[in-house]
Amino acid sequence: MAKEKKGVRLEHISKIYQDPKTKKEFYAVKDTTLDIEPGTFVTLLGPSGCGKTTTLRMIAGFESPDEGEIYLGGEPINELTPNKRDTAMVFQSYALLPHYNVFDNVAYGLKIRKLPKSEIKQKVTDILRLVELEGMESRMTNQLSGGQQQRVALARALVLEPGVLLFDEPLSNLDAKLRVSMRTEIRKIQQKVGITAIYVTHDQSEAMSLSDKIIIMSKGKVEQIGTPREVYYRPSSRFVADFIGEANFLDAKVKEARGEKALIEVNGEEMEVNNYIGRKPGEEACLVLRPEAVLLADKGQLPCEVTLSTFMGAYQYYQVKAGEVTVQITDYNPVNKKIYETGEKAFLDFDTDGVYIL
Amino acid sequence: MANNQNARLERRKFFSDPILVSMIVILIVFLALFILYPLLMLLLDSVFTEGKVTLDVFRRVLSMQRFRKAFTNTLVLGFIVGLASTLIGLLFAYVEVYVKVRTKVLEKLFGVVSMLPVVSPPFVLSLSMIMLFGRSGLITRTLLHIYDADVYGLKGIAIVQTLTFFPVCYLMLKGLLKNIDPSLEEATRDMGATRWKVFTSVTLPLLLPGLGNAFLVTFIESVADFANPMMIGGSYDTLATTIYLQVTGSFDSTGAAAMSVVLLSLTVVLFLIQKYYLERKTAATLTGKASRERMLITDKSVTIPLTIFCTLVAAFVTLMYIMVPFGALFTLWGRNYSLSLKWFQYMFKTSGLIAFRDSIVLSLIAAPLTALLSMVIAYLVVKRKFKAKGFIEFVSMLAMAVPGTVLGIGYIRGYANGLFRTGVMQGLYGTGLILIIVFIVRSLPTGTRSGISALRQIDKSIEESAYDMGANSARVFTTVTLPLIKDSFFSGLVTSFVRSITAISAFILLVTPQYLLITCQINEQAEKGNYGVACAYATVLIVITYGMVLIMNGLIRIFGTSRGTGE
Ligand SMILES: Nc1ncnc2c1ncn2[C@@H]1O[C@H](COP(=O)(O)OP(=O)(O)OP(=O)(O)O)[C@@H](O)[C@H]1O
Ligand SMILES: [Mg+2]
Repeated sequence: MAKEKKGVRLEHISKIYQDPKTKKEFYAVKDTTLDIEPGTFVTLLGPSGCGKTTTLRMIAGFESPDEGEIYLGGEPINELTPNKRDTAMVFQSYALLPHYNVFDNVAYGLKIRKLPKSEIKQKVTDILRLVELEGMESRMTNQLSGGQQQRVALARALVLEPGVLLFDEPLSNLDAKLRVSMRTEIRKIQQKVGITAIYVTHDQSEAMSLSDKIIIMSKGKVEQIGTPREVYYRPSSRFVADFIGEANFLDAKVKEARGEKALIEVNGEEMEVNNYIGRKPGEEACLVLRPEAVLLADKGQLPCEVTLSTFMGAYQYYQVKAGEVTVQITDYNPVNKKIYETGEKAFLDFDTDGVYIL
Repeated sequence: MANNQNARLERRKFFSDPILVSMIVILIVFLALFILYPLLMLLLDSVFTEGKVTLDVFRRVLSMQRFRKAFTNTLVLGFIVGLASTLIGLLFAYVEVYVKVRTKVLEKLFGVVSMLPVVSPPFVLSLSMIMLFGRSGLITRTLLHIYDADVYGLKGIAIVQTLTFFPVCYLMLKGLLKNIDPSLEEATRDMGATRWKVFTSVTLPLLLPGLGNAFLVTFIESVADFANPMMIGGSYDTLATTIYLQVTGSFDSTGAAAMSVVLLSLTVVLFLIQKYYLERKTAATLTGKASRERMLITDKSVTIPLTIFCTLVAAFVTLMYIMVPFGALFTLWGRNYSLSLKWFQYMFKTSGLIAFRDSIVLSLIAAPLTALLSMVIAYLVVKRKFKAKGFIEFVSMLAMAVPGTVLGIGYIRGYANGLFRTGVMQGLYGTGLILIIVFIVRSLPTGTRSGISALRQIDKSIEESAYDMGANSARVFTTVTLPLIKDSFFSGLVTSFVRSITAISAFILLVTPQYLLITCQINEQAEKGNYGVACAYATVLIVITYGMVLIMNGLIRIFGTSRGTGE
C-alpha cells in the first residue's frame, strides 16, 4: 500500500533548550546518531524528560535541531517545514479536528494534495475499513470512544501513505485493557502496510511487544539500540539493565578476560560468566542477576541469608542478603520445592553461562 | 552553545511560507503607520520648534492655567470614578455570586446592566442625565419644581461615568469571585469567623489585585473619555476636552500635541501597570476553578440591603436608557409632554439619512476587516514564533491605552500634510478611508484580546496535526484556527461594528463635512440644546446596535461552535 518505505537517519543531532526559570541552556537531545531501516517498527523508550518527544518532533519538523542533519529516505530534510515532509504523526491527544466529522478528518490531507473527489472517497473508505471504522464516516469526533478516536488519528496518518509514521505515546490516554488491544492492532496494521514507524513510549511492555528495534534513551542520549531480546538479555549498560525489567546488581572484580567470558570474584567466590561489553582484568564491574533467573537452593554459587519470604500466588518472592547487597528473587515453580523462611541460610543458584557482568 | 543552526533553520522554514511572511509584513506596516507613527508625530511636534529640539512648547503648555486645571480635574475625576465604579461593580458581583436573591426581576436587571457597555453609545447617559436633572429636567423641574438645578460639572460627569463604567468592573469581578474556591471561605467560617470577617480576611485579600485592576481599567476609561465631559462637563474641563478645544477653538495644534503627549503618557503608564503588574498578580492569586457549588448567603440582614441597593442602581440605569426614546417622542422636553414624531421627522428631513448611511456603511466596512485582522494577530501571537511578534503584540495592545482624542490629534498632525509633512499619502486625509482605518485601530485591541484568550484554549497539537498533514499556514488558519474561534470572530465582528458606530472622540476631530456621523450629529444637536433631535438620533442608534447584538447571538447559535471545541 505505501508507495515507498523510507528509512530515517539522524546524524549527530542535538537540540538545546533554555530552562524557562534559570535561563540556562541545556541539551534536551545530545549528539544522537540513529539509523532506522525502511519498513521497521522502532520505539524510542526512556524515562520521562529524556528527549523522546523532542527527537520525534525534530523528525516531523516542528523543532529544528541545533546540530546535525536529519535524512528521510536519503534526502536531507532539515530545511523542510512539517507540511513539506513525507511524515505523518499520530498525536498523544489525537488532535482530531473537532469541527470536522470522521470522513473529513481522514480526507483533510488528501484534499490538500488535490486528489480527485472519487479517489479521496475510495481511499478514505479503504483506510476506515482497515482500522475497522466503516460506517462511522459521518460521526463527529466527540461522538467516538477514546479507542475509536485513536483509530481515526491512525487512519488519518496512514491514508497519506507517508514515508514514515510517527507516534507520540498514542495510547497513554486509554485504559489499560484497551491499551493492550490497540497496541496489537497498531502492530498488525503496520505490518500489513509495511510502513516505517517510529513510536515514542515510556511503557516498556509496549516497546517490547511492538518493536523490531528499541532505542533506549537517557538524558538526551542514546543508551542502546537493539531488538527487544538484545536489550533484555544483553543490555549494554547498568542503566539499560535497570530500566528494562528488574535486575539485581552485585559488585564484582574482573580477574581474567577470555573473549566473551570473564573470570570474576563476587563476595569472595570465583566464577566464569559472560563478558559481552569487554571488561578488562582488574576492573570493578557488576554481576547482573534477573530475579527470575536465580533460585534459592541448599547448594549454589553464592551464600546468602533470607530476609523476606512472601507467597504471591504465581510465585514465591524472596529478598535475600548476599554480602552487603539485597537481592530479589521470584521463584515461579515453588510447588514441589522447599520454601525458605525468613532468617534461613541458603545459596543463590544460577546458571553462570546465562549471566553477565556490566 | 551552537544555537545558530537552529536559528538558521527556523528562519529558512519561516521564509518558505510566503503568505505568512507577507501577512506579517503588512501587519507591521499597518501598525507602524497607523498607531505608532501618529503618536510619534505628536512627540516630535512637541519637542521640535523650527527644526530645533526645545521644550518650549511643553513649557508654554505647562504654564497655561487652563491646562494645569484640566490636568488636576482629570485625575480627580478618574480617581472618583475608578473608586465608585469598582465599589458598585464589587457589590453587584458579590450579590450575583454570593447572595441568594433569584427574583426574576433582579436577574433581568442584572442582564440588562451587563449588556449595556456593549450596546450603549458613550454619551447616552449624559443626555438622559441632563433631561432628568437639568434645568428643564423631568425630575428636577417638573416633579420637584427646582428651577435652577445644575447637573453640569464634576458631579454630573462623575455620576454619568460611574454608571457607564461600573458594569465593566462588575463583569471583571464576577469572573474572579466565581474562581474563589468556596472551601477556603467555609474553612474560615468553620473556625468561627463572622461573615464580615470572612469577607475581609479571605475574600478581599484574594480579590485585591483584581480590584486594583478594575480600578485602573475604569480610571483609564474615565481619563480617556471625551463625550461625557464634553456634554455634561460644563466648565469642568478635562484633558480630553481641553485638547479638543485647543484645536477647534484656539487653533493651536502644536499646543494640543504637547497636551496629548501628557495625556498619552498618563494612560500608557496606567495601562502598563494594569497589564503587566496587576493582571499578572490577579492571575497568580486566583487560579483554577471553584471546586464545587457555593452555599449562597440567605441571611436576611445581608441579602435585603444588598438586593435593594443593586435593584435601585440597576433600575436607575435602565430608567436613564428608557428616557432616551421618550426624549425623542415628547413634543418639547420640560414644557410639553405630549407625544409626537416631529423630532424623528425633523431628523430625517435634515441630515439624518445621510448620517445613518455614512455611519453604517463605514462601520460595516471596518467591522469585518477589524475582526479578521484581530484574529490574525491573535493567531500569530499565540501560535507562531517569529522575531517581530513582540512588536505586533505590544503595539496592538498599546492602542488600547491611546485615548481617542490623542489619536485624532495624532492623525491631524501626521496626515494632514502627508507623511512627515512631505505630502506623501496626503490624499488619505479627509477621506472615508482614514475614518475606516481609525475605526479599525480603535476596535483592534478588544478583538485581539478576545481572539487571544479563545486561541489559548485550543490545544496546539490540533493545528500542528493539520500542518503535519500538509497544510500551509494560510490553510491552517482558514480551515482550522478560524473555524475553532468562530464565536470570538463573530463577537469581534459585532463589537467592532458597535464600537465604530458609537465612537466619537477621534472622529469629531477627523470628520470632514463630506461625511456625517451619527455620533457627531448627536453631539452637535445636544450642544445646540436640541435634545429632541439628539434623542431621536440616539434612539435609532441604540436600536441599530441592539439589533446587531441580537443578530450576533443568532449567528452564534446557528453557526456556533457547540460542536465540541469546548472540550
Ligand atoms: N519548548 C521547550 N522549552 C524548554 N525546554 C523544553 C521544551 N520542550 C521540552 N523541554 C525540555 O526538554 C527535555 C526533553 O523533553 P521531551 O518532551 O523530549 O521529553 P520526553 O522524553 O518526551 O518525556 P515524556 O516521557 O515525559 O513525554 C525535558 O527536560 C523538557 O523539560
Ligand atoms: Mg513526551
